[in-house]
Amino acid sequence: MKRLVSFKVERRPVASGRVVFFVSLLAIFAALMVAGIFFQIYGVSPIRAYQLILRGSLGSRFGLTETVRRAIPLLLCGVGLTVAFRALFWNIGAEGQLLLGAVAAAGVALFTGLPDQLLLPAMFIGGFIGGAAWGLIPAILKVKLGVNDVITTLMMNYIAIYIVEWLIHGPWKGPSMRGFAYTDTFPRAAWLPTIYGTRIHWPTLVLGLVLAALMYILVTRTRSGFEIRVIGENPDAARFAGINPLKTTLLVMLISGGFAGLAGVGEVAGIHQRLLGPSHISMGYGYTAIIVAWLARRNPLAVIVTSFLFGVIMTGGDVIRVSLGLPFQLINVFNGLILFFLIGSEILLRYRISFLLRR
Amino acid sequence: MGWETWAITTLSRSLAYGTPLLLGTLGEIYAERSGVLNLGVEGMMIVGAYSAFSIAYITGNPWLGILMAAVIGGAFSLIHAFTSVTLKANQVISGLSLTMLGLGLSGVFGRGWEGKPLPASLPKITISVLSKITFLGPILFEGQNLIVYLTILLVPLLWYILYRTRIGITIRSVGESPATADSLGINVYRVRYLCVFLGGVLAGVAGGYLSVAYRPAWTEGMTAGMGWIVIALTIFAFWNPAYGMLGAYLFAALYHLAFRLQPWVSPELLKAMPYTFAILVLIFVSRGTLLKRMGAPAALALPYTRGEE
Amino acid sequence: MDNSEGYLIELHGIVKRFPGVVANDGIDLRVRRGEIHCLLGENGAGKTTLMRVLYGLYRPDEGEIILNGQPVQMTSPRAALNHRVGMVHQHFRLVPTLSVEENIVLGLDEGTGPFLNFRKTRERIAAIANQFGLSVDPQAKVWQLTVGQQQRVEILKVLYREADILIMDEPTSVLTPQEVDQLFTTLRTLVDDGLTIIFITHKLDEVMRVSNRVTVLRQGKVVATLLTAETDKPALARLMVGREVVFRLKKSPIEQIEQREKLLEVNDLHALNDRGLPALRGVSFDLFAGEILGVAGISGNGQSELAEVLTGLRKSTKGRVFLAKKEITNCSAREITELNVAHIPEERIRMGIVPALSIRENLILKKYRCPPFSHWEFLKNKEVQENAQCAMSDYQIAAPSCETPAKLLSGGNIQRMILARELSENPNLIVAVHPTYGLDIGATEQVRQILLAQRKRGVATLLISEDLEEIITLSDRILVLFNGEVMGILDAESADIEEIGLMMAGTWHKREEL
Repeated sequence: MKRLVSFKVERRPVASGRVVFFVSLLAIFAALMVAGIFFQIYGVSPIRAYQLILRGSLGSRFGLTETVRRAIPLLLCGVGLTVAFRALFWNIGAEGQLLLGAVAAAGVALFTGLPDQLLLPAMFIGGFIGGAAWGLIPAILKVKLGVNDVITTLMMNYIAIYIVEWLIHGPWKGPSMRGFAYTDTFPRAAWLPTIYGTRIHWPTLVLGLVLAALMYILVTRTRSGFEIRVIGENPDAARFAGINPLKTTLLVMLISGGFAGLAGVGEVAGIHQRLLGPSHISMGYGYTAIIVAWLARRNPLAVIVTSFLFGVIMTGGDVIRVSLGLPFQLINVFNGLILFFLIGSEILLRYRISFLLRR
Repeated sequence: MGWETWAITTLSRSLAYGTPLLLGTLGEIYAERSGVLNLGVEGMMIVGAYSAFSIAYITGNPWLGILMAAVIGGAFSLIHAFTSVTLKANQVISGLSLTMLGLGLSGVFGRGWEGKPLPASLPKITISVLSKITFLGPILFEGQNLIVYLTILLVPLLWYILYRTRIGITIRSVGESPATADSLGINVYRVRYLCVFLGGVLAGVAGGYLSVAYRPAWTEGMTAGMGWIVIALTIFAFWNPAYGMLGAYLFAALYHLAFRLQPWVSPELLKAMPYTFAILVLIFVSRGTLLKRMGAPAALALPYTRGEE
Repeated sequence: MDNSEGYLIELHGIVKRFPGVVANDGIDLRVRRGEIHCLLGENGAGKTTLMRVLYGLYRPDEGEIILNGQPVQMTSPRAALNHRVGMVHQHFRLVPTLSVEENIVLGLDEGTGPFLNFRKTRERIAAIANQFGLSVDPQAKVWQLTVGQQQRVEILKVLYREADILIMDEPTSVLTPQEVDQLFTTLRTLVDDGLTIIFITHKLDEVMRVSNRVTVLRQGKVVATLLTAETDKPALARLMVGREVVFRLKKSPIEQIEQREKLLEVNDLHALNDRGLPALRGVSFDLFAGEILGVAGISGNGQSELAEVLTGLRKSTKGRVFLAKKEITNCSAREITELNVAHIPEERIRMGIVPALSIRENLILKKYRCPPFSHWEFLKNKEVQENAQCAMSDYQIAAPSCETPAKLLSGGNIQRMILARELSENPNLIVAVHPTYGLDIGATEQVRQILLAQRKRGVATLLISEDLEEIITLSDRILVLFNGEVMGILDAESADIEEIGLMMAGTWHKREEL
């Protein structure tokens, strides 16, 4: 009697947490492998490269602090994005919302003449409002007119970039040095305090951690969070249950845009102390945050971990540039690969292979 | 400079600069018409630019460079097609990741190529007889590139295919109602693969044109967001190649005029116009009949699975 | 007449099984050339399945198809078209943004290469249109056409592909009366020209008006094949619906009507369906506490829309609805829920649950806003959990725990969960739509018992179901809906099956005022 082993591919009803974690790890591992090939092409052993990265971004005091400071905007944007993604609102516009938050903060710092104690809080509030407003526009367009959220948020990124360019070349123009334009430096009271000897503007960091926890509670324990999850999982059932899509969509974009705006405040008030060119304020934080949120599987608390991970990667980019002479762009390759393998691996979450013994 | 000379120069440069915009837009129009949103255009353009430059430098033949750009751009797009159509993953994220990848790869490989002079770029053509025609002559026939002419010819061809041939009807049906097309025996997956591939090829050529003809040089990130303008222009063109031509040359002209128009309108605002206009167009076509008449393909960015209706 | 001569199409012993049901159980069908042959039956009788077998969309498990005396294999619609069999579906297969001629030509491989000669196409379309009186502007975009015109395009599509056997699946369900007349004229023209038509319907009027012969199907079997001229509507109704013995559950007797409280009053309700066509045309009825009013009818005659309007998921265009004397016309779904109306939805999984969320979260889908489940903004997890545990034991929902995601539950358990949720707040009105659809015997029995228990408590129930037997066994009164109108309201005890069948199939009957 022959025993046959056959396998069939069937839909997986639900992917357990363990499977999800494992698959995510697999995706990262695949990205590491492929990126390693590029290291090899440059004549550098991948193992050595990864060792250097880890040592550079975690092993030294400077590296660790740089990692944390890069993680801060990723954390804030990422947390906001997890909330938006939960409601199936594809907010690709975190980059623009971050910039608008920076603009608002700069405006408050330079032109409102508020007393010193109020300056920083006002900047944060202004930044939140700026980012939230930028995010609410696509939200309203989506709910009222059915306009695609991906395109609108994307387009508004570029409009935001040009708004910043216009401001620093035009009405808010400060001194220019060597062809880079920027505004005047903020008054001292508008500078975010940093941990001694580092560039970690800790108020923003604390804010990020607190908001991550708050958002976790919001999503899992509150009525609004419940509504967000229902709309995201089954819009028909949401309608059936009488949940108002307008209110929920506006709420998630208020949060998502506002948090990105806060990240913008952190960058200009904590790192640069002035409004600069858009590519100096944000090195693609808004886009990287998408990967951060995706990898965190839309769990706000997990964003703390994934944002740190990407902080490591970004600092690693500097390390390999300085120590190995490799181009910084390798980071983009790495990010692109991770994101790509992440979504590519999702098919493993939807299907599974089961082996059958047949006699 | 006399007014007329100034106009001729501007228009002539707009024609040149509008060419890669137009190529990218034509390709994206076809991809989106078949229902696939390709946000990886920027990545495909820049890898096309790098491939063209490096091959042209190595072989001394710029046309080989363009060919390579087409191949690489196409290959990249096939990856996007695979994830979007076969794996049915999120098309937005897939496109974004390919853009990141493209920017990164071109930056990595392109290091060290900056500043290298290209021995042979695509020749500028001047047709002396035709260039004597008043006004239009110097714009169209003096110092332009073969690719510029090919692109112009491509517009009516692609328009005709999309609206007047069986292939075009098939493509449009797949983008509007893939279930219906499937039930009539059309292979939805194959149509989408082909259209995305065309998009990638044209995007690659657009990038190649930049590095080998327009300004023969390689700089990291030299496409400078052109891919995103293409996305905006596709919408502005109402997914119609003819309007795409209009939009591409119009915005190319505006870019060139940005500096000139500074006393009246700031250059940044001008540069933001494609994006603002795209949003305005989307708002405009959001209402019922307009949506059907001129709006986006109904199945855009929605993965298709047979039997799921 | 049973000789095999002159039959164009013969289906012998067709059997088609799906998981859990035998849709076609050994069907023999013979269609003559040049006739209009109607297939008559209720929902689930097997008419559409049979025609899909003929059109190559399904392969039969047993049986054979013979065309013109030759056995054929219908492997796909393309094969069917090669044999000149074409189908006009109930839901049109048209691309709205393309023009008429583009739609007609879509998917066709005329061998002229990728390019099209539109002039020739247009000429050919015009020729066919003229021949059969199917005028339509070939360059018009389909979304601009009326439904009747769109159907003409579907017919043209089939004729363009040189079919001479036309299968039409419930073609009049979307047409106005005038368009129906036009369609019938067209059909007669087609037949005069030598085509053969098989016409699926549940409307007796149409059968009598247009067919030469009619085959009645019931529960997957052929009940009879008759010459239309030799039969009449009552006979057909009896054949279509016929049950010799109807088992009526022992129910507790209901009080006299005058003493009962009128819970729901519906006055002249009008509403449109998703396509913008009238779905409800002046529906009026009353519903009293402690009774079950069953809404009978073939699906697609307004039942879904009625349920949606009553539960706030669809706006009415005219008419008023009162719940215990309070007007609720066009109130939102949330408001109606808060008025203690329970809705057991038609599509359990698509509308009734959130598959990815846990059982306990699904159980509070409607009530999460209220105490004790939430306090200000926060959900009280302890109360939610307790609620879930009670519900699971009361309604015997079988699952490992209340944290189990709803999508892992079986159909029966999902329905139990929905019932637990909807009935937990002691509603005074239940709108139940196809509540036992797709459930096994045990779950079906349980659901029915639950509905009867609610009835005993004094709850008014509107029961919409395709299962006529279920309606008859559970209801106190029966309302028959046809084409969005109330055909009649009958007392269930004394109702005559034939009467119900006639009403379901659209024949006017004297309305009994109850």
